[in-house]
Amino acid sequence: MPDTQALVNDFLNQLKKRKIEGSQATAKQTAELLRSVISQTRVPYTNQAGALIDSVKAVGERLIAANPVELAVGNIVRRVLHIIREEDVSLTTAAMAGLNLSAVSDDEDDADRDDRPVLSAAAVAAASRSTLRPPSLQTLLEDVPDSAAVPHTSSSGGDSEGKSKSADKSSRSRKLKHDVIEAVNELIQDINTCHEQIAEQAVEHIHQNEVILTLGSSRTVLEFLCAAKEKKRSFRVFVAEGAPRYQGHLLAKELVARGLQTTLITDSAVFAMISRVNMVIVGAHAVMANGGVIAPVGLNMVALAAQKHAVPFVVLAGSHKLCPLYPHNPEVLLNELRSPSELLDFGEFSDCMDFGSGNGAPLLHVVNPTFDYVPPKLVSLFITDTGGHNPSYMYRLIADYYSADDLVVQRRPTSGN
Amino acid sequence: MGAQKKGATARVSEDPEELARHPLQAILLADSFTTKFRPITLERPKVLLPLANIPMIDYTLAWLESAGVEEVFVFCCAHSKQVIDYLESSDWSSQPNFLVATIESHNSISAGDALRLIYERHVIHGDFVLISGDTVSNMSLTQALQEHKERRKKDANAIMTMVVKQSKPSPITQQSRLGTDELFMAINPDTKQLLCYEDKAEYSKGFISLDKTLIADNPSTVLHNDKQDCYIDICSEEVLSLFTDNFDYQHLRRHFVKGLLVDDIMGYKIFTHEIHSSYAARIDNFRSYDTISKDIIQRWTYPFVPDVLCGNSAIRVERRGTYRASEITLSRSAQIGPFIVIGQGTEIGNDTKISHSVIGEGCTIGSNVTIEGSYIWNNVTIEDGCELRHAIVCDGVTMKSGAVLEPGVVLSFKVVVGQQFVVPAYSMVSLLQQPTQQDSDEELEYADSSSGNVELPSAKLNGDITSDLSETRHGPTSELGTGGVGYIWSIFEGGHDEEWRHSVAPIPTDKLAKIMLDKDEDEELLTQDGNVLSPSGELKSDSDANDSEDGDNEGSRDDYVSFEKEVEATFLRAVHENVKVDHVILEVNALRLSYNMASVDCAGAIFYSMMKLAVESPHSSSSELHRNAADVITTWQNLLKSFLHDIDEEIEVILKFEEICLESAKEFSPLFAQILHLLYDKDILEEDAILRWADEKEGADESDKVFVQRAEKFLQVRNELIMSIRVCIWLL
Repeated sequence: MPDTQALVNDFLNQLKKRKIEGSQATAKQTAELLRSVISQTRVPYTNQAGALIDSVKAVGERLIAANPVELAVGNIVRRVLHIIREEDVSLTTAAMAGLNLSAVSDDEDDADRDDRPVLSAAAVAAASRSTLRPPSLQTLLEDVPDSAAVPHTSSSGGDSEGKSKSADKSSRSRKLKHDVIEAVNELIQDINTCHEQIAEQAVEHIHQNEVILTLGSSRTVLEFLCAAKEKKRSFRVFVAEGAPRYQGHLLAKELVARGLQTTLITDSAVFAMISRVNMVIVGAHAVMANGGVIAPVGLNMVALAAQKHAVPFVVLAGSHKLCPLYPHNPEVLLNELRSPSELLDFGEFSDCMDFGSGNGAPLLHVVNPTFDYVPPKLVSLFITDTGGHNPSYMYRLIADYYSADDLVVQRRPTSGN
Repeated sequence: MGAQKKGATARVSEDPEELARHPLQAILLADSFTTKFRPITLERPKVLLPLANIPMIDYTLAWLESAGVEEVFVFCCAHSKQVIDYLESSDWSSQPNFLVATIESHNSISAGDALRLIYERHVIHGDFVLISGDTVSNMSLTQALQEHKERRKKDANAIMTMVVKQSKPSPITQQSRLGTDELFMAINPDTKQLLCYEDKAEYSKGFISLDKTLIADNPSTVLHNDKQDCYIDICSEEVLSLFTDNFDYQHLRRHFVKGLLVDDIMGYKIFTHEIHSSYAARIDNFRSYDTISKDIIQRWTYPFVPDVLCGNSAIRVERRGTYRASEITLSRSAQIGPFIVIGQGTEIGNDTKISHSVIGEGCTIGSNVTIEGSYIWNNVTIEDGCELRHAIVCDGVTMKSGAVLEPGVVLSFKVVVGQQFVVPAYSMVSLLQQPTQQDSDEELEYADSSSGNVELPSAKLNGDITSDLSETRHGPTSELGTGGVGYIWSIFEGGHDEEWRHSVAPIPTDKLAKIMLDKDEDEELLTQDGNVLSPSGELKSDSDANDSEDGDNEGSRDDYVSFEKEVEATFLRAVHENVKVDHVILEVNALRLSYNMASVDCAGAIFYSMMKLAVESPHSSSSELHRNAADVITTWQNLLKSFLHDIDEEIEVILKFEEICLESAKEFSPLFAQILHLLYDKDILEEDAILRWADEKEGADESDKVFVQRAEKFLQVRNELIMSIRVCIWLL
């Protein structure tokens, strides 16, 4: 335990100081941290899933608070919670099926979970799947309502049975933990390979002699474009520089290094150039449940320009960027305001910020937000590692990755703030 | 995001390298050794004062941690227990890879003492960062460190790298934003070596002097007045031993830096590192407290801003720089203006207006209160109808209903202001009585700060306020209105005019107008100076950097008069006793050294004595006088020539002559042109000098031009001669 505690503190510190940049890196590190938390957690005989969920929630809560702006942390915490729940249910159903002991399943369900419909049959299927399959009517119909009886037989019989079946349980607890860790490993694998998976679809979207516009820099976009290039597609890329951090310059450099015909433009020239563009491809910071996008600043402008000229606006996002929250959620309204020194040189303007004269209030205020919100109606297509999706479909995808109980990651859910 | 990633990986990859050598260390001085924050610092050390609701030392430590420093030695002196307690209870004591150790001292009275003590402890190995606990920065140390190390490899004498930042001084006050005096730095633009550091430059003086050798040694020198000293230094181990060797070094800048720059025996060098996009500033006084708080709220110090740095309570940034903690009670009708920070658990009543302010945790603010540009710390109670403008209100203060704080007021801990009482502008109010010792002289500050603490009864230091309250209740309750508790500190003599300079309040408009007026006058004075002195005279290299105040100052004027008398006496003795010219030169040189004069002054003084001799020897007509003068000049020309090394000195002789004609010996005035001619013929004065003198006089007043007109004919001849020579050359 002290080992993980140190790890957690270290990671918290890094999150707080904004030392980890990029949602992929954050997501990966979060998943790895949670994996070690899970492996270090002592699982009691009874209510193993509950214990795991509690410890993950305890850590997750602090991680989310450390950098509320980085939504990937919360996404991964919720994903891991969902994994624990699913594995638990699949084990239970497997046990039910194998041993025909209906009562065993009861003591895993504690009070705060009883409102959750147990997708037993679906969960059994989920345990064996390797890739996420889209939700279908079938899975909904398969939702066998046998969980109705669950809350009634509670821990009264659980204890005695726990003793009698201790040998069986210890193997089962190891099994649960093992399964969860396996699943988290899979998740980490998914995060690692999300760029490749998205890039695989590049040829389907980029056609010969097209002009692609992008803004700023995103690793996903870079891989996507390069994948198309490798498949011998010839096309041109317009890169808007992405003020004030000018990461478009870096992207242009990388693209040129890979042999792509690249044109660099200023952000303000986007509208002028958009009529010559066949498709806008951009990365995202997070994708909300309603299909809206939290994206680097300036993208809303690009999206509006694209809509005006009916140019498809395509957003690339790894599944770790899917956020189960809606943009009206106060946590999401946060924007990271970075230092004004990215915009202008402090030394040159320091005399504008002289508080000694006048009424002490500076006349100059520099605002440097990091993110824009692009509403779903401006987005034509999302490309995630599972394929292309319509904005209106995002909520289904999200329902597949997260369980509704975890939307508020707090151990004792209070009226949220 | 690519760039950022690269930066992160670069940092990571460099860290192991650093580790392999030795951990990067830092010395953090948790005592400023000044009294600028009195009366607050009588009860709490400066580094624990909240800056946007977070103690200053947290900003410094957070920066050190993020800059890759691994061991920090916090030196605490005044209120050391409070600092140590705070550090122990905070997160800093339990950070992995970041060791915070405290060094306690009770008798250190200056930064010099502190560094000597640290040297004795033998804890510093290798390069270290020297910083005081009131510095806010977000710069990256990597580059500065690397530069420092590379320089060290080439030159073992490069022992210190000073971080500077461009910051324009305010065009109106000539002060920087931070309320510090104007700072002049001479920096070699190629090597970045610091050549001169002058922070006490008087506004009225209008010039500073550089050492002649300094200009001679450095092919290019840039004199800056727009650089701000960030008080972040990267030092080598030698710095500590230097402090030990020079036991009189007290102040880091005033003694140490200037001492090194003047001392050319050891040849130690100081270099500068300029930061551009990052932020660094030190809180030196109330004005910089105000400025830096506002910079933090405007996020120049990102990521060290309240919403990121805050420990346990979540603070959220909203529009127009509004920072709100999660649990505050805010009336619907309250108007929460731009750029404010509100701490947790604070309650704000109806129709209260707050703007440009910081409100601490657990405060209770009533209805119809106006708060503008003020800093209110924790657990303050402000009743209905109060007005606060540009004030600092410390922990536990109670303001009864209707009380008013005028700009610049500082209320120290637990003061109570009575109903409807108006605290006058710039007053300092404390429960503790003002120490009897005055600290108007800044030089005494470091001595003062400790003695002030010693004076206090220990009960007060421990925060035993109950006894305090009962004591003071009997005392001057009337000073702060009915029910008020606290003493208003009297502002020391002569300081009243200067109060506004370092206060939190903006400079009042009448003062601004006054400064503007003064400044215009200064400029006029400057241009006049320019006329009196030759252009080269302005750059006149004063061989002694300490004597930066020649000419203008009364003291040095007196010096000059007595010097002149001595020279005259020497000269007369030489005339009467037939002393050899060489001996006279030797004597005059000795006098020059003892009076700390330049050779220009010698030339002037000798010429003066010669002319005086000529006047005093009997004569009846002006032609006789002319002959007398010619005699004297011919006899003593060698003496005069030995002091006329360059054109400046010759010009000085002409000016002196002019002065003589105008003031002491009016008989000479008709002979001005003739004697000038004579001096020229004897090769004492060169043509250039005379022409330059005439050029300078060109722009002067009519009265000044009298002698130029007298010399007109002579000048004309000269000019024609030059022209003809030029024509000849051209023809050839």
